[in-house]
Order: sequence, then structure tokens, then C-alpha cells
Amino acid sequence: MTRKAPPLHGESLRDFQRDFAAALFADAAAPEATALARQPGFAVYRNTVRLACVEALAANHPTVVQLVGEAWFGDAAAIFAAAHPPRDGVLAGYGEGFAEFLADFAPARELVYLPGIAELDRCWTEAHLAADAPVLAAPALVALAPAELAAARLVPHPAARWVRFPMLPAFTIWRRHREALALDDDLPWVGENALLVRPVDTVQWHAVDAVALAFLDASAEGASFAAALDAVAVVDPRCGVGAWLPALIGAGAFTRIEVSQ
Amino acid sequence: MAALGAGLGLKAEHFDEALACRRDGLWFEVHAENYLVTGGPRRAWLDAIRREHPLSLHGVSLSLAGADELDATALASLAALVRRVEPELISEHLAWSRQGGRYLPDLLPFPRSAEALATLCANVARVQDALGRTLALENPSHYLALDGHEWGEIDFLAEIARRTGCSLLLDINNVYVSARNLGTSAERYVDAFPAERVVEIHIAGHRPDERLGDQLLIDSHDAPVAAPVWRLYERFVERAGARPTLIERDARLPAFAELLGERDAAQSRLARTTAVVE
Repeated sequence: MTRKAPPLHGESLRDFQRDFAAALFADAAAPEATALARQPGFAVYRNTVRLACVEALAANHPTVVQLVGEAWFGDAAAIFAAAHPPRDGVLAGYGEGFAEFLADFAPARELVYLPGIAELDRCWTEAHLAADAPVLAAPALVALAPAELAAARLVPHPAARWVRFPMLPAFTIWRRHREALALDDDLPWVGENALLVRPVDTVQWHAVDAVALAFLDASAEGASFAAALDAVAVVDPRCGVGAWLPALIGAGAFTRIEVSQ
Repeated sequence: MAALGAGLGLKAEHFDEALACRRDGLWFEVHAENYLVTGGPRRAWLDAIRREHPLSLHGVSLSLAGADELDATALASLAALVRRVEPELISEHLAWSRQGGRYLPDLLPFPRSAEALATLCANVARVQDALGRTLALENPSHYLALDGHEWGEIDFLAEIARRTGCSLLLDINNVYVSARNLGTSAERYVDAFPAERVVEIHIAGHRPDERLGDQLLIDSHDAPVAAPVWRLYERFVERAGARPTLIERDARLPAFAELLGERDAAQSRLARTTAVVE
């Protein structure tokens, strides 16, 4: 390693770093690779960057890794990382957009549930890292007069995440892996809805009704209790307030109730 | 607060043992980025460790040698963490890791030019202002022969320290790996390093490259500290006196007791040292 590299083309620090960064993701054998990138030591940087991205994606998508195996995952993750490198040093949060990438990734075409699994892993990561906040308890609602409750707004907990799978049992597949339970041989191929929450330290998950997600969506957009119930009625006109509401509150989906003055 | 002796990198796998461990001079170091999160159990773990042990925050992503602007959001979030855990030591690297809005998870090299010196001094000063604390700057591992160096690494580090008032972190494994890879003398480097600026030492394991063998050593942090690195450590401590010393292990983690054994070996070397701290 005493050999001197030929001069760099870039003159300034900025040019040097632009060329260096481009070479990290480019093919080492490409004719346009700089002389620097052809030094054997350059591969150390290339490998470290690639491995750090792949390991972070694997750590943040353990269920995807379980389903496809480490080798397949490593290849897919390296392609994702080259196109979507991390934006900051918090690799615990790296991987936004990985589910969408898998949905368009030709080798994953037959694994129709895989993007959903990646989305649930992503929800888990976001719930795990989200801000701490108290959980709303049911008596807070009961204490309000009906008119006050109708005008009040339930604020979703900062760690709450919810996702719909209209055609797939992706949540069942995901939770069976997370809970180390066997899958049924004849898994019913039906749509599902999932809610992930972190009331204190541990991320928890629940299957929820479509109406519950309609209520959460509306609440997240700032709708009042009454307006959120209107959104529920769009999904199911006969539903109204049902068991789904105490289920949401009991799960820890909300942090507080805002009563309008 | 007792003086910092030899410390260990804190890994989630060893959290309970680290929390309960009692040793004279023991402290723990974490990668700051692992705790720059909005909430959740990670921060609770760190708070718990902080209640029992002195803590050092080691940053890997500020990109102090980067031509791009510092990431203001990341810096603000680091400043909030510093206020929260009040670490004994805060360190970063003589390296860059951000370019064009992306984070390249490694400590990348650059020509030590006048432009790079000005960039580093401005960034170190900005970080120290934001944190209200002195930063310790670490010498990196080298794998490439770069053109365009106008400064030797030691003079370059000393000049940044002189201009910004920052301290230095001497990573002796990086010295050894770089000297072997670039064909220079590790002993001369350690002897010439400005000891009066050094507030922390790192020692770690390395391994030969899979393809090139001993021609290219990798700063892998996945093995026990090698004998030549222990000798260089002893050589520096004999000259400079005791300094807080970290056993830096990040991969192929052994049992906590094994790491603690390595840490205790560093602690006894520190205790044996008779040199007066400069």
C-alpha cells in the first residue's frame, strides 16, 4: 500500500467528495472509475458502506429477512441502498420506502405479501422510536357531556401506526413470524387491518376493524369525534360507536382528548 | 466523580451486566447516533446507564471534514442528547460521511489541504458552540494512498486543536492499521502525537483483509486488542501518563466477562503508569 495514486481530477474538497461518493456506489470495474477507486483499499470503504446499509435494513426488517433469507435480503437491500442511501446517521430509522421498493422489485413479484411485511416491520420501527406520550384512558370520554364529546378530538398516540391490506392476510403472516407461531396450512386469503402501538416501552400489535381505521384516519387529520364518526359511517353506515372504539382506546391508540372551548 | 480509567463500548446485548458492573474507573461509551431518537426504550436504557456510570458520547456521522454544510437537525438533536445525559467526554472523527444529502456510513478520507483545514476548523467550532462543550477529534484508519496532502496528519490535528481549542482522541489501533497499510511507522506516530491534547485513547482489534491478507489490515473492532497495539498503548501511556482508555468492540461480541477482562488489563496498565500527566 505504498503505491501512489495518480492525481485526482477534482480540485476542491467538494469535487473530491462528490467523485469519491459516486465511486462508492459505482461498479469498481467500470472504465470511468477513478484511479483512486481502483486501489485495493477503496474496496474497504465500498464494503463498509454497503454492509452498514444492508445490516441496518436487516435489523429494521427482521420479518422480511426471516421470510426471504439473509442472502436474498442482502442482495435486495444493497440495490435499495445504492438508490436510496441513508439521509442521516440514525440508522435505527433507515429504510423508509423499502416496502415500496420491494413492491416494484421484479425478483419479489411472486411474493405478493412481501411489501406488506416490510411495511409492518417499518411500522414497528417507527413505533419503537416515536416520542413518548401518555395513553388516553376511557374515563376521560365518559366524563364529557354528549355535546362536548361530539366537538372534542381524540389525538392519536405518537407511536400509533396503522395499515390496511385489502386483499392479503399480510398481518397474520407477519405476526405469526414475530410471535414465532406456525402458519396455518390453509391460511384464509382475506384482507386485514393492523394497528401497532407502544403504550410504554414495548411495541404491541392488534388486528382491527376497517371502521376503526377510518376513525383513526379522520382523527389524525384533526376531525372532531362527531366528524370521525361520519367517516366511520362512510365505511359502514350501520356501524356507529361499537366495540371497536373501546378496543382502540384500550390498545393505547390515543394520547389525549382535546375539548374545544 | 472518580477519575475515568478504562471503559467499554456499551452494547445492547450486555446492557444488564453493564448496568450492574462495579469497577474502579469504569465508564461506558456509546455511539451518539444510536440514541438520537425521539423517544422509546433506547433513551430509557441510556438514562439508566448514566445514573450508574460515567458516559462518553462518540459521534460517527457529523462529517466534520465534509464540504457540505453540517446537518443542523442532527447537530441540534446531538446538543439535546448532551444536555440530557451530560457525558464526561464527547468525540468525533477527522473524516467526512455526508455528501449531496446522503449519509455514507463510514469514516471517509480526504486530502489534508488548506481548504480541508479551514472546513474542519469552522465545523469543529460550530459543533463546540452548539454543544457548549469541547470536542475530542479522533485520528482515522487509512486504507488509501491519497494525493494532495499539504499537511501531515499529526500537524493537521494539532493545528485544528490550536485554532479551535478542541481536544484529541488517540486511536492507537487506527495508528497501527494505518501505518501498516501506508508503510509508515506507528511508533514514530505515537511518539510525535501531542499528548497534552489527548483526553481519551481507543484501543481495538483488527483483522487482515479477506483477499489481500496482511497487506491490508481492516479496523474491524471484531477481535481482541492485538499484541502490537497493546505495546504501542503502553509506549504512549509511559510517555504521556494515564488517559481514559476505551476497549472498542463493535462486532463478534464475546461474553461481557471477556470484554471486562480486556478492560481490566488496560486499567492495570493505567494504574502502573508513573508518568506525570502533562
